[in-house]
Amino acid sequence: MRDELLSILEKNSRIDFKELAVLLGVTEEQVLEEISKLEKENIICAYHTLINWEKTDIEKVSALIEVKVTPQRGQGFDRIAERIYNYPEVKSVYLLSGGYDLLVTLEEKSLKEIAGFVSDKLSTLDSVLSTATHFILKKYKDHGTIINKAAKDEREVITP
Amino acid sequence: MKNFLSQRVVNLKPSGIRKFFDIVSEMKDAISLGVGEPDFDTPWFIRDEGIYSLEKGKTFYTSNAGLKDLREEISNYINRTQGVTYCPTNEIVVTVGGSEAIDIGLRAVIDAGDEVIIPQPSYVSYEPCAILAGAKPVIINLQAQNDFRLQPQELLNAITDKTKVLILPYPNNPTGAIMERENLEEIAKIVKEKDILVMSDEIYSELTYKEKHVSIASLDGMKERTILINGFSKAYAMTGWRLGYACGPAEIISQMTKIHQFAIMCAPTTSQYAAVQALKKGDEEVAKMRQAYNQRRRYLMEAFKEMGLECFEPYGAFYVFPCIKEFNMSSEEFATKLLMEEKVAVVPGTAFGECGEGYLRISYAYSLDNLKIALSRIEHFIQRLRNRN
Repeated sequence: MRDELLSILEKNSRIDFKELAVLLGVTEEQVLEEISKLEKENIICAYHTLINWEKTDIEKVSALIEVKVTPQRGQGFDRIAERIYNYPEVKSVYLLSGGYDLLVTLEEKSLKEIAGFVSDKLSTLDSVLSTATHFILKKYKDHGTIINKAAKDEREVITP
Repeated sequence: MKNFLSQRVVNLKPSGIRKFFDIVSEMKDAISLGVGEPDFDTPWFIRDEGIYSLEKGKTFYTSNAGLKDLREEISNYINRTQGVTYCPTNEIVVTVGGSEAIDIGLRAVIDAGDEVIIPQPSYVSYEPCAILAGAKPVIINLQAQNDFRLQPQELLNAITDKTKVLILPYPNNPTGAIMERENLEEIAKIVKEKDILVMSDEIYSELTYKEKHVSIASLDGMKERTILINGFSKAYAMTGWRLGYACGPAEIISQMTKIHQFAIMCAPTTSQYAAVQALKKGDEEVAKMRQAYNQRRRYLMEAFKEMGLECFEPYGAFYVFPCIKEFNMSSEEFATKLLMEEKVAVVPGTAFGECGEGYLRISYAYSLDNLKIALSRIEHFIQRLRNRN
């Protein structure tokens, strides 16, 4: 049940316990118990909503920043990653293999603020060697969801 | 001018679905639960392979029986799912959907006057195809109390010395019924004793929710007297690609291929290339779709329980077949009223045989959100009917 439960919640975190129980063919109590276990084990970390900000009046600019750093003795990349992810404007931090070390995604109100973050905060950190900032122009698909997909049923209305 | 029409064709009953279709398509914002095909798009890697084959210029006929690679993959697939081995060279023919396989399969074995046993409710094309092939259809009316499974006694009662073919439509459209191994064993015993050929339509074989589908061809002594029909439409959500196949004894497949060669030439080439990938890499996608169907199936069963609407639990395909006899209306009357008053389209059970009277086919090849709206409308409708009575 755990795998199936997670795959449902990953797509729809607003689903209620009763419906989950029906879909999974188990009792509500079992669902409740499993979800609290998953939360406790930090397998379910948070419940988010995917918002298409472009359709709102709120200005948001996102960027991906490639960061090269010097790992620190005994702590590897964890310490520098922590320094970076503690900034609330930082949306995600990944450690990567390949040409650079950390990929940081950032969300701000304007280009200027992103530039300010990179030059004042990120680049001045001791172990940061270099950064390369890429601005996101358009999101086509995010978290497995196609952003502007018009859901239209193309099928004939009745078929045998 | 004389009447040019064939009386045989004129006398065929028109499909019971057609009339309903015309009403529904006129109606705006009706929710349809009447569709007999998956709501999923064909998985992208399969579509991609079709596109790639076009880019490479694979636009010619294939051999009549189908691409060799595809027949080999079909053979592997049947082997790994059913443990039966069909030789790709002479025991498999690739057809234009399962529907063509039903048609040419019957035409390849029927002589005038032969009887074909058809359990109903079942898919709409068996009876007309049998008639067009020159056979006399013999209908078995399956019973809800048996979960619409074919009973040995029902079969025995239908057999005469003219019986040639038994059509075995499981997992079943429209009831969602399945036949489990022990049910099939009883049928196989009779079929062998009475020397009958089985045409087993297993197009929904990947969509079962209790145990894995068992093909009657996998039972002892049955491979040589079974035409196994399957295809890509339901499992891989490939209805529009029109691709199916038949596996069976070489002498039957060779006659089927002869008809196929003259009537069709070969199944669509693009679809065949795409299907090779479907069989090679499709298991995971099929499992995902099966899981989604199963969740909806559970949702519908729960909703019917809450409404107090009688419905046996179906373990196959993507249909439920609730009983509406408590309302003292014909299926068609009920379906028409439901459409007019609540704008929900379902298919009257009678579209799949007279014994479908008193039942509705509801398809769950729809998103949960859609099903929820439709089900709440159906609930309003039956509450109103109950209050009127």
